[in-house]
Amino acid sequence: MKPAPFDYIALNSIEEITSALNEYGDDAKILAGGQSLVPAMNFRLLQPTMLLDINNVSKLDYVKLNGDKTLKIGALTRQSTIEKDEIIKEKFPLLHETMPQVAHSQIRNRGTIGGNLAHADPASELPAVCIAMGAKLKLISKEGERIIPSSEFFQGMFFTSLEPNEILAEIQIPIPTEHSGFSFMEFSRRRGDYALMGVAAVVVLDKNNNCTEAKLVYLNAGDGQVDAKKAASVLGGEKSSPDLFIEAGRIASEEEIDPFGNVHASTSYQRHLANILTQRALKIAFERAAKKEQNHD
Amino acid sequence: MIKLKSVSVSVNGRLYEREIEPRLLLSDFLRHEIRLTGTHVGCEHGVCGACTVLLDNKAVRACLLFAIQVDGQELFTVESLAESQDDLHPLQNAFWETHGLQCGFCTPGILMTMIPFLEENKDPTEHEVREALSGNLCRCTGYQHIVDAVLLAAENQKKSN
Ligand SMILES: Cc1cc2nc3c(=O)[nH]c(=O)nc-3n(C[C@H](O)[C@H](O)[C@H](O)COP(=O)(O)OP(=O)(O)OC[C@H]3O[C@@H](n4cnc5c(N)ncnc54)[C@H](O)[C@@H]3O)c2cc1C
Ligand code: FES
Ligand code: FES
Repeated sequence: MKPAPFDYIALNSIEEITSALNEYGDDAKILAGGQSLVPAMNFRLLQPTMLLDINNVSKLDYVKLNGDKTLKIGALTRQSTIEKDEIIKEKFPLLHETMPQVAHSQIRNRGTIGGNLAHADPASELPAVCIAMGAKLKLISKEGERIIPSSEFFQGMFFTSLEPNEILAEIQIPIPTEHSGFSFMEFSRRRGDYALMGVAAVVVLDKNNNCTEAKLVYLNAGDGQVDAKKAASVLGGEKSSPDLFIEAGRIASEEEIDPFGNVHASTSYQRHLANILTQRALKIAFERAAKKEQNHD
Repeated sequence: MIKLKSVSVSVNGRLYEREIEPRLLLSDFLRHEIRLTGTHVGCEHGVCGACTVLLDNKAVRACLLFAIQVDGQELFTVESLAESQDDLHPLQNAFWETHGLQCGFCTPGILMTMIPFLEENKDPTEHEVREALSGNLCRCTGYQHIVDAVLLAAENQKKSN
C-alpha cells in the first residue's frame, strides 16, 4: 500500500510541462490533484518513475466567460472551485448540479477537472457531462496546440486521444441556448461513490415545445461514455410525453449501452437503472426547457 | 536510488524540516517523521477519510498527497484543536456530549472535515451535515451520534455569536 520509488519535480509553467513531457516521455506522469493517480500508485497499479507536479502552474487554474459564447475552464481548476463558481451556477446548471455527485468534498478540494477528464474513467460523471454539453478540449504540446471535441477525446476505458507529450490545458463549453433544458441523474450506493449507472440529458425545444435537439450520454454503461444517438433521435420533433420517454429509455437501455456489471449491480440491473433514469431525466429536462421558453415570451 | 529531497513545512504553527523520499505520503510524514499520530490511516486510497487534514484551510486527504508536495506550505492536524484534555475545541466537546465516538478511529478525520464545514455553514441542516460526512467512514457509531454532535456544535456556535 505504499508507492514504488519515483523521482519528482514541481513545474511552474506550461512550457516547463511540455518540455518535461518531451524529455521524460512515457516514464513520467503528470500529477494534478492526485486523487486518481495516487491511489493507483499506492496500489502499485501504476509505477511511474518520474512525477511532474503541475500544481504550481496557476496559469492553468481559471474559470472565465469568453464574450457571451464560451466558458473556459483551466485544466487545473479544482472541482470544488467549479462547484462554487457563480457564473457556472447561473449559466451552466448541468455542470453545477453534477459537481457534488463527483466524489466527496475532501476529494473535490484537490481533484481537478483536467485530471478527471484525462483519467477517462467510464464511471466518471464529468466526461459524460462534457460530451452532453458539446465541450471542446484544448491540448498543448511543444509542437503547438489543438482543439478537439470532447466526443473525440474519450477513446474508451482510461484511454484518451492525448499524445504522450501533450497536456490537457483547457475545457471550452458553449453557453447552452435559451431554449434548452438539462438533467443529470445517477444511482450510487452512497452519495459520492461512483455511480452504478448515470445519464446526462440535454434537450432543446422550439416555440411549440417540440424537441429540436437532444443528447443522452451515459456513464458506467460500457467501455467509455455512451452517447445514445438512436434513443436521442426518437425525441426529435416530439413533445414531452411519458410514452416518448419510455421509448427512449427502452432503446438506450436495450440497444445502445453495453454495461459490464460488477459486484454491486448485474448488467440487467444496470440496464434497468438506465431505462428508469432516462425517463426521469428527460421529464425534468423537458420541463426545464419549456419553462425557459415561457419566461422568454 | 532516488535522491532524498528536503521539505520544510509548517504543521500546527511549528516549522519542521526533513530529508525525505518523494514517495513518502503526507500521512506517513505526519505520523512517522514528525510523530503526530492523531492523523489516522485507514485505507490509503482516499476512501475512509481518517487521514483528513487542513491544507490552505481546506479539508484534504493526507494519504493522497506526497509530503514533498506541501514543501513551503502550512497545514493543520487534529492536534491543533486542543491544548489539553481539559480545554477541548467546541466541536470536540459536542462529540463528547452526544457520544459522537466509540473507538475514535474515524474521529480525527471527521473533526478536520467538519471544522471548515461549520465555518462555511453557520446553520446547516441535517441533510447538509450528512452530505458533508459522506466522505468519512465510521464503523462504530452508525453515524447518528456524529450527526447529532455536528448539529449541536452548530447550535452552540450560533448561540455564542
Ligand atoms: C474516494 C474517491 C472517490 C471518487 N469518486 C469519484 C466519483 O464519484 N466520480 C468521479 O468522476 N471521480 C471520482 N473520484 C476521482 C476524482 O474525481 C479525481 O480527482 C479525478 O478523477 C482525477 O483528478 P486529479 O486532478 O486528482 O488527477 P490526478 O489523479 O492527478 O491525475 C489523473 C490522471 O490524469 C493525468 N493528468 C492530470 N492532469 C492532466 C492534464 N492537465 N493533462 C494531461 N494529463 C493529466 C495524470 O497523469 C493521471 O494519469 C474519486 C476519487 C476518490 C479518491
Ligand atoms: S487513509 Fe486516507 S482516506 Fe483512508
Ligand atoms: S468511532 Fe469507531 S470508527 Fe468511528
